[in-house]
Amino acid sequence: MDDRKDLNEQEAVEVKEDLQVNSVVDENQEVTENNTEAVNDSEAEKPSKPKKKKAVARKDMTWGQWTWHEMKRNKIAYLMIAPFMFVFILFTVFPVVLSLVLSFTNFNMLEMNWDMFIGIGNYTRLFFEDDIFLLACKNTLVFAMITGPVSYILSFLVAWFINELSPRLRAIVTLVFYAPSISGSVYLIWATLFSDDAYGWVNGVLLDLGLIDSAILWFHDENYAMTLCIVVALWMSLGTAFLSFIAGLQTINKSLFEAAAVDGIKNRWQELWFITLPMMKPQLMFGAVMAITGSFGFGGVVTALCGFPSVNYSCHTIMHCLEDYGSQRWEVGYASAIAFVLFMIMIGANTLVNKMLSKVGQ
Amino acid sequence: MQKMRVRNHQVVLNRSVGGDAGIAFFLIIMGVFMFLPMYYVIIQSLKPLDELWMFPPRFYVQHPTGKNFGDLFTLLSDSWVPFSRYIFNTVFITAMGTFGNLLFSSLAAYAISKIPFPGRKGCFWIIQKSLMFTSTVTAIANFLTLSTLGLMDNLFALIIPAWGSSMGLYLMKQFMDSSISDDVLESARLDGCSEFRTFWVIAMPMVKPAWLTLIIYSFQGLWNTGSSQYIFSEQLKTLNYAISQITAGGIARAGASAAATVIMMIVPILVFVISQSNIIETMASSGMKD
Repeated sequence: MDDRKDLNEQEAVEVKEDLQVNSVVDENQEVTENNTEAVNDSEAEKPSKPKKKKAVARKDMTWGQWTWHEMKRNKIAYLMIAPFMFVFILFTVFPVVLSLVLSFTNFNMLEMNWDMFIGIGNYTRLFFEDDIFLLACKNTLVFAMITGPVSYILSFLVAWFINELSPRLRAIVTLVFYAPSISGSVYLIWATLFSDDAYGWVNGVLLDLGLIDSAILWFHDENYAMTLCIVVALWMSLGTAFLSFIAGLQTINKSLFEAAAVDGIKNRWQELWFITLPMMKPQLMFGAVMAITGSFGFGGVVTALCGFPSVNYSCHTIMHCLEDYGSQRWEVGYASAIAFVLFMIMIGANTLVNKMLSKVGQ
Repeated sequence: MQKMRVRNHQVVLNRSVGGDAGIAFFLIIMGVFMFLPMYYVIIQSLKPLDELWMFPPRFYVQHPTGKNFGDLFTLLSDSWVPFSRYIFNTVFITAMGTFGNLLFSSLAAYAISKIPFPGRKGCFWIIQKSLMFTSTVTAIANFLTLSTLGLMDNLFALIIPAWGSSMGLYLMKQFMDSSISDDVLESARLDGCSEFRTFWVIAMPMVKPAWLTLIIYSFQGLWNTGSSQYIFSEQLKTLNYAISQITAGGIARAGASAAATVIMMIVPILVFVISQSNIIETMASSGMKD
């Protein structure tokens, strides 16, 4: 008891009596009572001295006790996050866990088979037997490795270039670049521009100029389909990350650049590397996540442009495999394995990008 | 040290004329690439039928007409399910989903940003990571969940998942971190303001740009909801679905389909134009620190 008192006096003057009572109570509970009673106990105590918050020193408690104390003190916070977290966990976190679990089964929605644990069977089937999946993996990587980085760099460059324009002009340019990513199904116009017949604008022009003598099938020709899809993807890719970059660039203090000019920064590229990029790091991280999401979430657009499945699987990506097994053949176990592989690829890509970004400005 | 230029007592940043020209050139080329397809959609919707199928196709319109829009409305009013029903569905989904998302997200964002409860770091970490989980990854499990909950063929199958979308919460939380000072909240608490009241009366009005941004993100996502594997009944389908059916109608409907696309794209673009400054303000704090 005396030891305690000494400690308290060192720690803080105003704590005194309150604290002693508290720590004694807490210690007793540690030894004799269980947690539920601890709640009752402290709640029973409350009415007796409601005027001020209990002052408690961190030092007097074990980590567990402190956490528990803080949880009780801030219980309103749990009430506030509960509705969101419930829906969020149910529809975003739980699916990932469920995919992992189901991926070790051969569960099939049509047969509703319940005796189904098959270990890593789905994964061996994916990587050693399913040629189409391997082709899809290749396509996905090509697609993501081009659209991801290019859209990322493009977003940044455009944002950076328009940063010094007047606000009004900047707003207009922002709209022009951002509009394709928000206007829903407008990308279907690419199917009209590059349509299979002579009425498509591109075929029309090429025929008119005599460069080709019969219409090219564009989206339905395996030589062109992938390239065109990448072009459309890039066209639509100046989205959230782009806005984040624009806003981030605006917040950099202008006097930094002036100071740098005095210190001998020679041109805008040096300025970019030594000042702008390091200052923008948080936005760059955020933009990277958005770019990854974008480049792996593009299946629907490809389906709309090239059909499903695309000619000779030329544009078949992991997203399409997933759709194929998940919502057409209802082989949920197998599809879950695909979903989980996709998930791991995305996590891996994000880790890689973060590693690269940590080198910026050094 | 190289010579620096000073004009009106201000340091002039080093900018080469060649660089400026190069940038202008790049921006113009990119701008044309971005804008031409949008322009072509609009032009297509104004072309009369004979011009739509003219060879070679033109990038301008000789006799602009509003007939395509008229055709679109005729087509829509002929549909088996009254067209107003599709509009109602889309508006209902968008309004309910956005409202729930705004309410849940801002409550949670406030708690995570301003109340030091144990576990907040973990909560935020997972939310930040979840920005990557595209709907493709979660689709199968969500189908199972929604069918277990008995929400198949129910508009709430589209609405409820939207309540837990993490993008809005992420932006809201980051914005609260940077724009609400803890002192203001602390003095409110000392005056005996309950946590909910502090949230509603003090914090919320301070983050208006963020909730506007959240509304717009949620709106864009839900407005473009097309056909969904959760909805089977024709009466419950969305506007986007109805319009995509017209677009799928082939040659005879090319004009109407272009008109439909224009109408569908104009709404989100207008919304963005109106709220652009607020969105940019919110995005300024969107960065990730880790």
